[in-house]
Amino acid sequence: MSTEKKLIKFTKKGIYCPQGKFYLDPWYPVDYAIISHGHADHARWGMKRYLCTDDSKAILQHRLGADINIESTSYGKEITINEVKVSFHPAGHVIGSAQIRLEYKGYVVVFTGDYKTQPDFITKPFESIKCNTFITESTFGLPIYNWKTEEDLQSQLQSWVKTNQQNDRTSVFLGYSLGKAQRLMSLLDGCDDIYVHRSIHSLNNAISGSGIKLPETKLWSADLDKKILQNKIIIAPPAILGSRMLKRLPNPATAICSGWMQIRGNRRWQAVDAGFAVSDHADWNGLIDAVKASEAEQVYVTHGSQVVFSKYLNEIGIKADELITEYGDEALAKAEKEENKVDV
Amino acid sequence: MKLFSNLISAIEITNKTNAKIEALMEYFKIAPDKDKLWLIALFTGKRPSRPVKTTLMREWCMEITKLPEWLFLESYSTVGDLGETMALLLPTPTHKLDLSLHEWMSELKALKPKSDEDKKAFVLEAWSGLDQQERLIFNKLIGGSFRIGVSKKTLVNALTKLTSIDANQLMHSIIGNWDIDSISFEELIHGKHINYDNSKPYPFCLAYALEKELPELGEPEDWIVEQKWDGIRGQIVKRNNEIYIWSRGEELVTKQFPELVEAMQNFKDDFVIDGEILAMKDNDVLLFNDLQKRLNRKNVTKKLLEEVPVGFKAYDILEYNGDDIRDVAFIDRRKRLESLFNSVALPEHIKLSFLVDFKKWNELHTIRDNSRAINSEGLMLKMKQSPYHTGRKKGDWWKWKVDPLTIDAVMIYAQKGSGRRSSKYTDYTFAVKKDDALVTVAKAYSGLTDKEITEISQWVNKNAIERFGPVRTVKPELVFEIAFEGIALSNRHKSGVALRFPRIARWRKDKPVDEIDTIESVKALINTN
Repeated sequence: MSTEKKLIKFTKKGIYCPQGKFYLDPWYPVDYAIISHGHADHARWGMKRYLCTDDSKAILQHRLGADINIESTSYGKEITINEVKVSFHPAGHVIGSAQIRLEYKGYVVVFTGDYKTQPDFITKPFESIKCNTFITESTFGLPIYNWKTEEDLQSQLQSWVKTNQQNDRTSVFLGYSLGKAQRLMSLLDGCDDIYVHRSIHSLNNAISGSGIKLPETKLWSADLDKKILQNKIIIAPPAILGSRMLKRLPNPATAICSGWMQIRGNRRWQAVDAGFAVSDHADWNGLIDAVKASEAEQVYVTHGSQVVFSKYLNEIGIKADELITEYGDEALAKAEKEENKVDV
Repeated sequence: MKLFSNLISAIEITNKTNAKIEALMEYFKIAPDKDKLWLIALFTGKRPSRPVKTTLMREWCMEITKLPEWLFLESYSTVGDLGETMALLLPTPTHKLDLSLHEWMSELKALKPKSDEDKKAFVLEAWSGLDQQERLIFNKLIGGSFRIGVSKKTLVNALTKLTSIDANQLMHSIIGNWDIDSISFEELIHGKHINYDNSKPYPFCLAYALEKELPELGEPEDWIVEQKWDGIRGQIVKRNNEIYIWSRGEELVTKQFPELVEAMQNFKDDFVIDGEILAMKDNDVLLFNDLQKRLNRKNVTKKLLEEVPVGFKAYDILEYNGDDIRDVAFIDRRKRLESLFNSVALPEHIKLSFLVDFKKWNELHTIRDNSRAINSEGLMLKMKQSPYHTGRKKGDWWKWKVDPLTIDAVMIYAQKGSGRRSSKYTDYTFAVKKDDALVTVAKAYSGLTDKEITEISQWVNKNAIERFGPVRTVKPELVFEIAFEGIALSNRHKSGVALRFPRIARWRKDKPVDEIDTIESVKALINTN
């Protein structure tokens, strides 16, 4: 406990490692930030130095600017920063996402960032690591959240596209540009031509540029002939709902893809044609399995259902505390909306 | 059940009536006869009584999932619907049960008298053989309530589009008394059963709120004006010495108002009349709050009958001695109604709704403004030549209500809604100042836009004091203008006042909390009432 207390500190700027003199996904500008993945609530502006996975590097540069001071390393490779051993391990969340493992004098802390335990077709699968302290997210930390297998999801989405095509409708899938968009591409690959919104297109280019192979897509631009898009597939960020670009489509059927769509009330809240529970986060059992597999003696629960999940962990005999951070879906949605403002 | 399950999915995701109608038509085209009948029964509230108690189902669900009760409740408060919560919590199905809607319904009917043990075995078997959506529907079938945004009108429109049968007739057919085991789908929609039925009501004619200036309605002499009484609309059907009372929600409420039934026996003729059921004492109309004590009671005690006597003010006559006279002009129907009421001696609580005497449009303003003094909600304007329409139709009838009373109050509790609203905090409790503290004055659920609700929900998430359970106490910071139709002293309410039909008029982002109303300023409204 005493070592752990020294190894990570919870500060106003974020989670800090005093020995290593770096922060993990800080929310205010600091000198040295180690980044779990490229989402806007984890990889923020203004850090003097960034460290991330090789697969995340292009994403961060794309989002934060080519001129940021950034280094990267491969999954599993241990590097030492001021006597603290640091390594990245697949988190199964989005392309390039990692859990960050810290080790100092035999004491191990794992910070998950965001993660998903269930394998999909596009991200490196989640890898469980044993540790003393486990800092876990809890976005979907309620037992009502249980995801379908990737294969079931695939057939659900593809059969929706087929039904739309029978009714002469264009299928529009809405999901975050980073992560959800590429996941949807992998789920819909081979089904029909996939067009993507400009924000996704340019992000895809950045990802492909770093040597990662993505399913084939085309740019959905405003000057495209409507007839070409008829009955095809479009993937766009949620911020596009209600935009002129969406309204210009001839006969669109729109689906929101998010873990929140598990609940009927959420599906019905926005006037869309479908809601699919496609999530890049761990479901209830995924969270519990990950916590148990870590064998940690202390768990910190961050963004999401931290109150409920930490209470439950304590009840099943795992010492857990809440940790208030500035990560989370709301922050991400807001950031994504800001970044897409000009495009929609 | 796949068919029914697909229908429900299709209906609940869309807010477009046409898409709902199409989905319903598709179902009516391919579903087995018995399933169609059940669909109509369920969507019109003709549900069989619940065969399994909710508490038992909850218990079994917790037992299977091994979840602690607090976590079950936390899940429930996030989902906002018990049947859905259980459907989401239960483990993946182990096998596949494939029964159609009517097969499930007859199984459920047969389940009713069985022991709890048998019920448990049945429910558990069903849960492990149905997918998530089917499971949700199964849970709903047990509860019998299907509120998924399909009105009777939507249902009728789908049937009309499919069969070309007149919508009024269909509405008649589906809302009347019919027994699912002794009627076929064809017989039902062709109304085989309705000629034999003495209770059959007509669809109510409803009015839109007046949206223009009075002179735009034309000449005053073409119009009849009445008070808009503040009770519940009712249709009294008297045929072949049988008397039935229907509420506007097309429910039979005969048993709730024995004094009306008794009074109607004075009449010699047969008829169907439309009017207002009101709490009345010594010739005066009482507040809606009083009438509420009489509503939805299984037993009406003698004490209650004396405490809150009920009367009826007649507006219209739709059928006279077997003739449907809804197409006769209102002015002539009114004459018919008057001669009916003059044909026999009637007790004091059965009256014609009096007509407002006026020559020029501008005389009506004062009369409307004074409505609240006689516990009326305002005025009704009806074209003399108008027929008795089915449902709401623009142009012939207008309601012109008094402007609502308003107060400024602060939100103190927020609760998640249900159905479409279950993901947001949509139900709020408001308070006004009482000395240095706050006192609750109203709950309100409506009046905000989706965008405002989303904004408030995010605010509640950040500013809630409790961290568990469905109700969140929030910092008293957000001020709202609350509109309501009436106010009365009440000793059942902590504040000492009861508001009638409160709703949110607007979010007063401009108003600081210390400028909200006090309980004294709220009570002062009673005098001007």
